[in-house]
Amino acid sequence: MSKILGIESSSLVASVAILDGDTITAEYTVNHKKTHSQTLLPMLDEIVRMTEQNLEDLDAIAVSGGPGSFTGLRIGSATAKGLGLALEKPLIHVPTLDAMAYNLYGCGERICPIMDARRGQVYTGIYRFEDNTFRTLKEDCAIALEELLEELAAAQEPVVFLGDGVPVGREKIAARLGSLARFAPAQMNRQRAASVAALGAVMYAEGKTETAAAHAPEYLRMSQAERERKAKGLPVSAEENQG
Amino acid sequence: MEEKRKEGKDEMEQDVYVLAVESSCDETAAAVIRNGREILSNVISSQIALHTLYGGVVPELASRKHIENINPVIEQALSDAGKTLDEIDAIGVTYGPGLVGALLVGVAEAKAIAYAKKKPLIGVHHIEGHVCANLLEHPDLKPPFLCLIVSGGHTHLAIMKDYGEFEILGRTRDDAAGEAFDKVARAIGLGYPGGPKIEKAAREGDPKAIDFPRGKIDGSPYDFTFSGMKSAVLNYLNQAAMMKKEVNPNDVAASFQQAVIDVLVDRAMTAARDLHQDKLVLAGGVAANGALREALAAACKKRKIEFYHPSPILCTDNAAMIGAAAYYHYMKGERAGWDLNAVPGLKLAE
Repeated sequence: MSKILGIESSSLVASVAILDGDTITAEYTVNHKKTHSQTLLPMLDEIVRMTEQNLEDLDAIAVSGGPGSFTGLRIGSATAKGLGLALEKPLIHVPTLDAMAYNLYGCGERICPIMDARRGQVYTGIYRFEDNTFRTLKEDCAIALEELLEELAAAQEPVVFLGDGVPVGREKIAARLGSLARFAPAQMNRQRAASVAALGAVMYAEGKTETAAAHAPEYLRMSQAERERKAKGLPVSAEENQG
Repeated sequence: MEEKRKEGKDEMEQDVYVLAVESSCDETAAAVIRNGREILSNVISSQIALHTLYGGVVPELASRKHIENINPVIEQALSDAGKTLDEIDAIGVTYGPGLVGALLVGVAEAKAIAYAKKKPLIGVHHIEGHVCANLLEHPDLKPPFLCLIVSGGHTHLAIMKDYGEFEILGRTRDDAAGEAFDKVARAIGLGYPGGPKIEKAAREGDPKAIDFPRGKIDGSPYDFTFSGMKSAVLNYLNQAAMMKKEVNPNDVAASFQQAVIDVLVDRAMTAARDLHQDKLVLAGGVAANGALREALAAACKKRKIEFYHPSPILCTDNAAMIGAAAYYHYMKGERAGWDLNAVPGLKLAE
């Protein structure tokens, strides 16, 4: 039985949770303003004090590792890295979309989290619980919503959507998929740290940890400056420039 | 009474160790400082090779690099100092001014470390850090003193009245001096980073070759303006190009640099005279410019003003200077909360 701290700050949602064995001892989730730098650590402090936790007792720190808001991801990442460094605990990089799909544990349908990625794209993946096992049908990626909908329509199977991309794309989804499209209810349709911690515990049991020093978010997208250089066929990193 | 005094004395004599973190622009840095004055370690991971490729600092890339580098840099600073986190008394971190995404990495990291180890957290103003770099190298330097702060983002004339207390006398109304260096360097084809490249080219050029304007702000004797000077350089280059006249970039660099130096020296000396200051402290990235240091040293000598400047390694962004500044705030009992945020436009004493 493991004790895992979950941290989620990949979008508008800021969330922290402590998982002890098969119990969420505490979870604090706010979906309000994007001020994670000011809220995330006070939220952690609040649940630690309220539930009389000793952070030294943690086995690992699970962090929602992306994709998502670049800055949001880094606030969660740097928080997890600082805690990991200070407490000498390993980190677990839980892919954000996997953790979101894990909100719908045991759901028999296809699960499709979509996050608004701007620039006409969504961050998404396709998941399903098959024989009580969590499977990835489509790896997380950044694509146009239309492209995703074509792929889902071709499969002719019901899909449950969730994420902050739903309000933005709801009409398009309904128009393309009709009655195949379902939408997760409010208690499970956004990121939450409890899912990050719970999926993190599964990964922890499988030995999928990394050092706090090695952890970095998976952005799934280059910076604009890199994209522009790459488009011109120029090297984008100092290493590449030397090589 | 006797007992109490003894206790107090012991407390005074106890060494204070500050771990400091700096990530406001393109250097990821950490340091351990003893009693605000002694550098036990000073680790800087520079991203200059990456940003040179892009012709300037790319904020998103800087932030990504900070995340990759920050833990190894902090661990190195602790191990170089021979200290564990348990032996550290306080954590200091730059929370502004700077690039918001870059600042946030250091702020979130430092907060988490301080929180996990139950250590006091001190938020430090980056520019105050630059001034405090001088405290690390001049053990006898104490406030009050006049400071000239010159960097890529700042040009300030201020008085440090006491540790952590500043009175701003003047500032740039447009470009920072370092920014003007970067823009002129780009215009004459020297590239990024502009400061060191202009200084190098200027050594081969004639500072009197071209008379660029030394801008003044009417009624504000301590304020600066560099945009007119920068435009004059660009106009000079454009006119030469139109007339197909050959330009000597070394002369342009030397003449431009001289104009900047004349303005900085003039304002600093005016303030020192008006306000009867006998100590001048130079700080910020542009403090690494040898010609500026020589000119200020000569002007100060003439007026019997003690002149202080940091060695080049402490002129660039580093965490040692942040640790020095944090120490004095720590000793005053100042503490940041767990809600400490990055403030990209943080003002100094306003």
